[in-house]
Amino acid sequence: MPRQLHLSAAVDSPGHVDAGHFTALARLAERATLDFVTLDDSYAPEPRRLDALATFSRLAPVTRGLGLVPTVTTTHTEPFHTSISVNTLDWVSGGRAGWLVGVSDTEAEAKAFGRKGTAPADELWAEAADAAEVAARLWDSWEDDAEIRDTATGRFIDRDKLHYIDFEGTHFSVRGPSITPRPPQGRPVVVVAVAAADLAPDAAAGGRARVTTAARYADVVLLDAPDRATRLTAATELRLRAGESLRILARIPVALADEAATAALIGELAEGGGGVDGFHLVPADPARDLAAVADRVVPALRDLGLFRTSYGGPTLRDHLGLARPASRYALAATLSSTPAAQVPAQAPVQIPAAGNDAAAPAAAPAEVTR
Amino acid sequence: MTDRPLKQIHLAAHFPGVNNTTVWTDPASGSQIDFASFRHLAETAERGRFDFFFLAEGLRLREVKGRIHDLDVVGRPESITVLNALAAVTTRLGLAATVNATFNEPYELARRFASLDHLSDGRAAWNVVTSSDAFTGENFRRGGYLDRADRYTRAAEFVQLVREFWDAADGGTVRHRGPQFDVEGTLSLPRPPQGHPVVIQAGDSDEGREFAAATADVIFSRHHTLTAGQAFHADVKRRLAAYGRKPDELKIMPGVTYVLGDTQEEAVERAAEIRRAQVSPATTIGYLEQVWGVDLSGHDPDGPLPTVDPVPDSGIVKGRTTLGDPLEIAAKWRAVAEEKKLTSRELVIEVTGRQSFIGTPEAVADRIDTYVQSDAADGFILVPHLTPGGLDDFVDRVVPLLQERGVFRTEYTGTTLRDHLGLPVPGRP
Ligand SMILES: Cc1cc2nc3c(=O)[nH]c(=O)nc-3n(C[C@H](O)[C@H](O)[C@H](O)COP(=O)(O)O)c2cc1C
Repeated sequence: MPRQLHLSAAVDSPGHVDAGHFTALARLAERATLDFVTLDDSYAPEPRRLDALATFSRLAPVTRGLGLVPTVTTTHTEPFHTSISVNTLDWVSGGRAGWLVGVSDTEAEAKAFGRKGTAPADELWAEAADAAEVAARLWDSWEDDAEIRDTATGRFIDRDKLHYIDFEGTHFSVRGPSITPRPPQGRPVVVVAVAAADLAPDAAAGGRARVTTAARYADVVLLDAPDRATRLTAATELRLRAGESLRILARIPVALADEAATAALIGELAEGGGGVDGFHLVPADPARDLAAVADRVVPALRDLGLFRTSYGGPTLRDHLGLARPASRYALAATLSSTPAAQVPAQAPVQIPAAGNDAAAPAAAPAEVTR
Repeated sequence: MTDRPLKQIHLAAHFPGVNNTTVWTDPASGSQIDFASFRHLAETAERGRFDFFFLAEGLRLREVKGRIHDLDVVGRPESITVLNALAAVTTRLGLAATVNATFNEPYELARRFASLDHLSDGRAAWNVVTSSDAFTGENFRRGGYLDRADRYTRAAEFVQLVREFWDAADGGTVRHRGPQFDVEGTLSLPRPPQGHPVVIQAGDSDEGREFAAATADVIFSRHHTLTAGQAFHADVKRRLAAYGRKPDELKIMPGVTYVLGDTQEEAVERAAEIRRAQVSPATTIGYLEQVWGVDLSGHDPDGPLPTVDPVPDSGIVKGRTTLGDPLEIAAKWRAVAEEKKLTSRELVIEVTGRQSFIGTPEAVADRIDTYVQSDAADGFILVPHLTPGGLDDFVDRVVPLLQERGVFRTEYTGTTLRDHLGLPVPGRP
């Protein structure tokens, strides 16, 4: 059987603020059994749009298999709020949540909050990395079996399975634990968009910081590359840095206005490739183009044995073939025969510049016994 | 009371998730976190034609003696996210989220509530709370502690600014320079369907009441007896005139619990069972420690109260409101225990009692109606003790009686929460 493609799509629809519009798009995407849809967001005054995470929460009960990946920006939002909001999207969707990490780099957005000025892109991405670190630690801060309901002792939870995260960073500190129990997927799927140019030796500092964040925290990278050769180089480099469990989807614009365009897309997707696991489609006209994907493109790929006919499992991790991670704190507890001196007192917020580090378990933060 | 038409009762459903009244030991107690639980309670409330569904908030897990409190229901989702999901499975029910004004920013909340209002076609409400301390602040960038007066100053300017954003939506730019906020921004979405999502206030101090009189559409109060309710109602409504507002522009809805039985005796017996489940032996010790401020883990809950004196301001309990001056409370508790010959556990059950309405459906309907008609409240926020089925019997057995009396709607007459509450859509300034 040929290797299965991963397919996803953007449903960005500037100007639309009604739930019905997005429900219709989600149903098309679900009919096509896409892995997930994304919805962009920012605090800029234009274009007219709803809060992305709110929109996807609204879609959760009216979809059953589709992964839901809203953009949530990290520059002006409290990491604690981001963590519990994405966690909650996972709860309300039964394990179909992801998080497309974004930053806010405009003066207009900074002024709307009035809390701090703008900062260079590399600093914003370093802060985004800290937010991703905090989110992940908070998701892990309740072990899966923390709720015990033990009538004999009157204890609802086992407090030894809840953990302070004690994050101290340049921009914020967070004590923890989360107020929200560990999400169904353990950790919702983290997605970062990267351009091939960000990986080039002469990339700007902002691009390099973005890649560093992606390599350290992303489960999925949406890769922009101008051609196949560049795509292959970039994907190879990303895998070197992030490890083989990273899913890389090439972002491609689509405009399926006629049969020719649809046929061309089928050809391109069937050919696959350039070292990527699949594609993230960015439609020019989501309603028209997603209908074409559901009715023409995906059936053709299915006929070729390149794409699944139904969702295999209920969660987004299932669709992507990603394992459900164990809580780092539960791991730390099983490893606790390790002498204390070997455990760093504070989990370092280090972002390695390169190296196959994503598969390595995160350093265990010191457990606070009080 | 006889010379005016019957007041219409407002009802809301408080989700029985995290709190110390939710009985998790009952076999019928389900998940406080699965979406199915939220859905069940919301659907029940909508079936009962309630005004709104309500979610509380707590941004840090409580601690006792420096460790996470482990006896009560713990673990809640992020409210606005849950409400957006509930908007998909309900069509009329108002959707209210408690969100702190200290650990958020106006632009962000203006946009989040406007989004909820759009995605629910006009059913959003924000319960503005200010409770916060350095303990909760440890989870946030703001970090620090705002003392009480500053919290309400910030909250007042916060709500005002959020409303400026709602009013200017559709492309208008807000320029605001105030003592608390200096911002300039444009919301990326149209004005919310309700104009302004409904603003609820929960807080009881003089500052809190003044803040509510100036700015809120609904007060979630804790005065649930007839006389205390009437006093609170009169006090707050009197404050409205100073802000050019009419008495019916602010609805007062105390949080109440209830227990039903086929007979009064049965209801009383069930109520006592529920109280015993709410106050387990371990919980008894927790309450005593909250007052005494010392470790009482060796104390026998089925014996008399501790003989040692309380230690004021010990900081032993964090993230929970204090009960008052510990020396005074201990003296009072000892007097009650002595007089009624109560063990520690019986005493705690007696003095922390929270059940408001106990009786047959007829008796409960009658009392709810009487309270509203005699201005002890404009309606109630019902706090069931079971997740998620805790409102089923109320909706099946009490609501029809209120409807028969002509004091509660049999169908929604409008589509938005403002319609249900009889609040006008604010015009643009
Ligand atoms: C009935 C009621 C419910 C409340 N619910 C919450 C809540 O869910 N979350 C929260 O942080 N504070 C809650 N509060 C606390 C209030 O927002 C307020 O901060 C606190 O009562 C202190 O203000 P005050 O001195 O005016 O009473 C509640 C208060 C009342 C009276």
